[in-house]
Amino acid sequence: MFDDFLLRAAVAGIGLAVATGPLGAFVVWRRMAYFGDATSHAAILGVALALALSLPIALGTMLVALAMALTVSALAAKGWAVDTTLGVLAHSALAFGLVAISFVPGVRADMSGLLFGDILAVSKQDLAFVWGGAGAILALLLWRWQALLTATLSESLAHASGLNPDRERLALTIALAIVVAVALKIVGALLISAMLIIPAATARSLSRSPETMAILAVLIGGASVLAGLQLSLQFDTPAGPSIIAVAALAFILSTVISPLKTR
Amino acid sequence: MNLIETKDLTVRLGGADILSGVTMTILPGEIVTIVGPNGSGKSTLLRSILGIQALASGSVTRKTGLRIGYVPQRLHIDRPMPMTARRFLSLPQRCTDAQATRVLARCGVAGVENRQLADLSGGQLQRVLLARALLNQPEILILDEPTQGLDQPGEAAFYQLIEEVRRETGAAVLLVSHDLHVVMAASDRVICLNGHVCCQGAPDVVRDAPEYRALFGFGTQGALALYRHDHDHNHGPGQGTPHQHGPDCNHSHSHSTAKEAQDHV
Repeated sequence: MFDDFLLRAAVAGIGLAVATGPLGAFVVWRRMAYFGDATSHAAILGVALALALSLPIALGTMLVALAMALTVSALAAKGWAVDTTLGVLAHSALAFGLVAISFVPGVRADMSGLLFGDILAVSKQDLAFVWGGAGAILALLLWRWQALLTATLSESLAHASGLNPDRERLALTIALAIVVAVALKIVGALLISAMLIIPAATARSLSRSPETMAILAVLIGGASVLAGLQLSLQFDTPAGPSIIAVAALAFILSTVISPLKTR
Repeated sequence: MNLIETKDLTVRLGGADILSGVTMTILPGEIVTIVGPNGSGKSTLLRSILGIQALASGSVTRKTGLRIGYVPQRLHIDRPMPMTARRFLSLPQRCTDAQATRVLARCGVAGVENRQLADLSGGQLQRVLLARALLNQPEILILDEPTQGLDQPGEAAFYQLIEEVRRETGAAVLLVSHDLHVVMAASDRVICLNGHVCCQGAPDVVRDAPEYRALFGFGTQGALALYRHDHDHNHGPGQGTPHQHGPDCNHSHSHSTAKEAQDHV
């Protein structure tokens, strides 16, 4: 099983969609889109550091992404203008990552793989990592689901219910760092946050409850993976961007459909 | 026994004392209103009582296991989260459909279960928030400016509902307001706050306290008169006792002198 590279690609992509669906919904609800950008751009720096220190790449990306996410949270809590801070950090992370990785011999050729993913080269080992990471994210979100929703609606409401909104935010931050490590191989650093936001945003206009939105986001993300791979195969286009392009088309379609449906 | 007790509560933010030496208690079943101008620390006091705000000194004691029903000032329903009223009632503790139906009916919003929170009117949303707060049989309801954005009849109806709920459940009510229209008349006790407790007591005692008048002037009586038409300051026509009028003052006498026109804020 999984000897066919296309099958491996599809299964890996669907695994990613399972994690990005519900997590992406929170990114949309909490307006964390730029936050996702900063975190995912930090992945390249993580790859460079991992290669330099001969650590596993997944570990390096996860740690640097987590460090970036925690930094952004801390700066935001200190009252820094979040918009500007994130803009500076997101692009600095990308720039420093690209500079750092140019010092590592032999990676230059693989740069586009880092930026846009290489889903067609996913190994069985990668597959296990993707589904392991996705499973961990899903478990974390399901475990905290009620508390996460409450804290997202109103932090003081969460407090009054005996919850700690900071802890819920940390759970999301950790989940985001894991998803960055998982998604790097599949859609690449530049398109990770697209995979988070676009399926969730597409699901938004078709949903009446947070749960349906999360589930629909998984389905839309998974369908985009399959259709994008198909497109990529047929027209010899890059796989990662093709997946996102399909998701974007689905989003446009949903904005056309939803007014017809609801009003 | 006191449900909540604060002792010399002091909160410092950015080097400035937002609250200093606030001592207050809330007894079972009473309706306490905290009034004060903008920036007087009302919301900070509430946050301290809820345990969200770190104290610089002093203490907050809640009865052990106190069940609090909290109605927030506003909900971020502008956030793009789809959420029906029914689903909202199950956050974070899930409730049964029967409970949801009952509590929504009690709060005067029967049948809104499947409406999106974002589609509710301001008054309906406040009632749904109150319904959610009532679900865990609270010993005290805490409401942070619950009627912001409601018109005066809506406001009066909402406070009437709170009074009914108090009568039925025996829950104490602590609410915060910066507008004094209907609030005070519905309260057992009023705490006038301006960084510290200026004065507290029964509504008419507070209303007559010089500290309160210094903060709010006389004008609020016009609005209080919605409930009781007892103007306690007398002035004949042309006599011109200088006093301030709030924007909603509706007691009539002529303002003939330029001096009075200036006083009229």
